[in-house]
Amino acid sequence: MSDGFFGTHGLGWLDLMQLTGHFALLSLLAVGGAITSASDMQRYLVGERGWIDALQFNASVAIAQAAPGPNILFVALLGWSVAGPLGLLATMAGIMVPSSVLTLVVSRYGRTRQDTLPVRAFSVGLAPLTIGLLLATGWVLAQPSRGHWGAMLLVPVTIVFMLRTARSPLWMIALGAVVGALGYA
Amino acid sequence: MKPDALQAPHSTGELFGAFTRLALQGFGGVLAVAQRELVERLRWMSQEEFVELLSISQVMPGPNIINLALIFGDRHFGWRGSLAAVAGLLAVPLAIVLVLAALYAHYSAVPQVAGALRGMGAVAAGLVLSTAFRLAGTLRRNAMGLGVCSAIVAATALAIGWLRWPLVWVVLGLGALGYALAWRVLSTQQAQPR
Repeated sequence: MSDGFFGTHGLGWLDLMQLTGHFALLSLLAVGGAITSASDMQRYLVGERGWIDALQFNASVAIAQAAPGPNILFVALLGWSVAGPLGLLATMAGIMVPSSVLTLVVSRYGRTRQDTLPVRAFSVGLAPLTIGLLLATGWVLAQPSRGHWGAMLLVPVTIVFMLRTARSPLWMIALGAVVGALGYA
Repeated sequence: MKPDALQAPHSTGELFGAFTRLALQGFGGVLAVAQRELVERLRWMSQEEFVELLSISQVMPGPNIINLALIFGDRHFGWRGSLAAVAGLLAVPLAIVLVLAALYAHYSAVPQVAGALRGMGAVAAGLVLSTAFRLAGTLRRNAMGLGVCSAIVAATALAIGWLRWPLVWVVLGLGALGYALAWRVLSTQQAQPR
């Protein structure tokens, strides 16, 4: 059972449960979307567990951003590269279920209480935290670019492109792919 | 738009189809497409209702678009509606992403493919950073003031990005600090309206 495509890919069942548990914890902490917790996923999967390397991690994020659909699918790819289909189930169930249940409960309860102090203090107080988390994730994702001057240049160019034009980010992803394929990244 | 001009989804199947359709149009950001499809094309909700749903979705943990789908589905068909809307967002895009990942795994030894992915990874970093910079503009209107906000932003980025502390402690610590500060500022404002 531990061998083969649908097996656990060398992980124990306990490992899989811990994987789900860690992503379930992140699910409840990721105010502002799963990408805000990507730096912690990297710390856990690459640094603490060593299940995948930093390049595999970045490839998962890059592929999910280049494809249509919600960016949260990078979590599915992370699970897939750790342990195939079972790994995908582990990470996706972990990241989706707790926040979804909480959102449904709170939206049913708080539909008429949006202007109350506890709700407003939440969005005002957590806004800077969300932005700090995004900066950290951007920093971590940029690390494999160090020493590759083309890739290092792509980061600021992308930022300027996104802030100064209204064009689709797909253009930049395509440019990154071309620059990289030509050997400049 | 007149409120009586609003339509509603007839079945969970229709909900699934609509969310599949908008997910497939969303490269890099599904939210903008969701507004165009749900409000303008299908007229399943008013602009006001969309903003209301979005603000709840942003406050709750989890991806905004997923939360929006959950709540919208729930309001029409209960939990079955939530399931249909989220499944619509994820099912087909997941299949596409897995095919791309399989192609990548097969050809990752080719230097051009590895290079392309490194280039795309750098762009992904730039996309996340640009989102952070764009949202940072909203901090100027934050009730806690720009100074306090900047300090929390810097402390969060350093603790997570540089020191690599576990997220749970940083969110619980700095999140609680931000919540307490915001509570104090907002309750003072409420008590003495200027």
